[in-house]
Amino acid sequence: MKGVFLASATALAMAVSSAYAADIKPAVVYDQAGKFDKSFNEGVYNGITKFTEDTGIEVRESEPKNEAQVEQNLRRLAKRGYSPIVAVGFTMMSAVQKVAQDFPDVQFTIIDAVIDLPNVQSIVFKEHEGSFLVGALAAMASKTDTVGFVGGMDIPLIRKFGCGYEQGAKFITPNATVIQNMTGSTGAAFNDPTKGSELAKSQFSKGADVVFAAAGGTGIGVYQAAKDEGKLAIGVDSNQNHIQPGTMLTSMVKRVDSAAYKVFEEANTGEWKPGLEVLGLSDGGVDWALDDNNKGLITADMKAKMDDVKAKIISGEISVHDYMSDSTCNY
Amino acid sequence: MSQAKVPAWVSVGLIPLLNILLAFLVSGLVFLAIGEDPIEAAGYLVYGAFGYDEGIGYTLYYATNLIFTGLAVSVAFKAGLFNIGGEGQAYIGGLGVGLLCLWFDSSLPLLVIAPLAIIGGALFGAAWAYIPAYLQARRGSHIVITTIMFNFIASSLMVYLMVNWLKAEGVMSPISRTFEESAWLPYMHDIFAPFGFDIGDSPLNLAFVLALLCCVFYWALVWHTRWGYQLRTVGTNPTAAQYAGIDNAKVTIWVMLISGGLAGLVGVNEIMGVNHNLLLNFTAGYGFAGIAVALMGRNHPIGIVLAAMLFGALYQGGAELSFEIPTITPEIVVVIQGLVILFSGALENMFKGKIEGLFLRKAAA
Repeated sequence: MKGVFLASATALAMAVSSAYAADIKPAVVYDQAGKFDKSFNEGVYNGITKFTEDTGIEVRESEPKNEAQVEQNLRRLAKRGYSPIVAVGFTMMSAVQKVAQDFPDVQFTIIDAVIDLPNVQSIVFKEHEGSFLVGALAAMASKTDTVGFVGGMDIPLIRKFGCGYEQGAKFITPNATVIQNMTGSTGAAFNDPTKGSELAKSQFSKGADVVFAAAGGTGIGVYQAAKDEGKLAIGVDSNQNHIQPGTMLTSMVKRVDSAAYKVFEEANTGEWKPGLEVLGLSDGGVDWALDDNNKGLITADMKAKMDDVKAKIISGEISVHDYMSDSTCNY
Repeated sequence: MSQAKVPAWVSVGLIPLLNILLAFLVSGLVFLAIGEDPIEAAGYLVYGAFGYDEGIGYTLYYATNLIFTGLAVSVAFKAGLFNIGGEGQAYIGGLGVGLLCLWFDSSLPLLVIAPLAIIGGALFGAAWAYIPAYLQARRGSHIVITTIMFNFIASSLMVYLMVNWLKAEGVMSPISRTFEESAWLPYMHDIFAPFGFDIGDSPLNLAFVLALLCCVFYWALVWHTRWGYQLRTVGTNPTAAQYAGIDNAKVTIWVMLISGGLAGLVGVNEIMGVNHNLLLNFTAGYGFAGIAVALMGRNHPIGIVLAAMLFGALYQGGAELSFEIPTITPEIVVVIQGLVILFSGALENMFKGKIEGLFLRKAAA
């Protein structure tokens, strides 16, 4: 822990010294799960760390803990001349909307939500495409033809993951059973490993042998349960294959890190543009992760099939239904 | 009662102050341990909470919520009931406020909507408290357990309603449409602006005045009505109350309705005053913090206002602190809040006996 504090202290010192040399004063506001959630927020953090290493420009970070603080911090950052300000997560949508209207000269970027304002860039991901891919892989790896899905909070965004996953699994095994559970109904559902582990265990007992967790920090418990029972788990957002090497089938990566990196880089070179940016399989915005930690689990045959499915989604031959388009999962 | 002879300023002023100082002293050690200057940190905390117009506004805005929930916990406590369900009651109260605003915002003026929404918020909160109250009064299910469980039911219900019914079209996150401005409770800075006062842009709104009115209501109700006498009697000695002809079950239900109603008013501040749409998790733990506020405020309206301001200051100053010094994470701020609760709530009796003894001996001599 001390190392972390020292590192951030030196980072702070660097920020002070480089504040005048830098062209831009970027800032980021993490959502209430906090920046080290091993998942979504941490992806952004990794992108920022890389940006700072590459350019020497320090990014001001802020971690609000409730709804009022989100707006307060955004406002304060805007007032102090920070720009661009990246807001991580759909929960900040209304706050960003308000503050962006009051500070038309400040550039805002929001991830996972769409705001139509001349100074806001919205970045959303085609999570259904990535989830389709890992769903297909889950069905290939499953011996019982039963796969599980553990979602975080029961909101449309998470249902979108579940819906894509189900489509992928049924694409490979049409009569596959997909067990879906949500962890809870509050924001805490994204940070409840104990509950995650329980849900995973109950899905294993119903015959599932691969479980996909789209639940932020809750996933940690799901991966642990899979390891304990010798089953397989699929990570989300960041590449989480390293968390339980050997029992992590893959991760559905949502490249928030490269998205965040790109925002700051474009702002730095003056190429930052407002508007909607949709990142999917074709531009690497979402993908499945294959690395040293899971290559033993993926046979050459599976890999070939996955490449095929991926190519078909990109070409449009397979069209993946997006839950959010009509709030149903009929495909 | 020996306590009667201890000067009032000692028990309501000196002892709480000493406890808070001690909490800050230990917090200072925490800052030293992570390598930050405690004096500098305290400076940011105090400046953030009271140093400038906007900061004060935020402090009072947080205090507004905490006064409502503090009073809610306190009134139940007067009748010997521990209402842990302020969180859920506030949540459902907010739902009531939000529904009324969504319903009437384009057809009625603020002067009609505001009272409607206040009554609606209180009614929804009260209704949510009614079920645990009934179960306690008539079926003997312990109110601590049922109110806690009702918090979870409230949040599940809200998610269901928000995701399936109230979500605005074409929006990713589960929030309702924004109300028309006729359903916005005026901000304090907008009220003061015509008089030439600039008090900074903060979420502080008219709900703060409502909170103060509730304090007066509480005071009048508990100490100046026959019904308040009943409720205090039940709280002090239920058996004696019954012997005196008081219907304990009836008092239990009524006091919980009032408690739930007060908690439900958090919705007026959050939904009508600040967010202007219905959303998830706006209660952010105020219901639970209300327990600490009520304990610290010694179940007296003035004490509750002061304790709510202290916690409001900790919320706002703490946010400022972790914003200015990134090594002080929000979790450290929670540690400070925890220490204040620990020293002024749990360890309350650490000094109490000794100091009171000191004054008693002085008085005797």
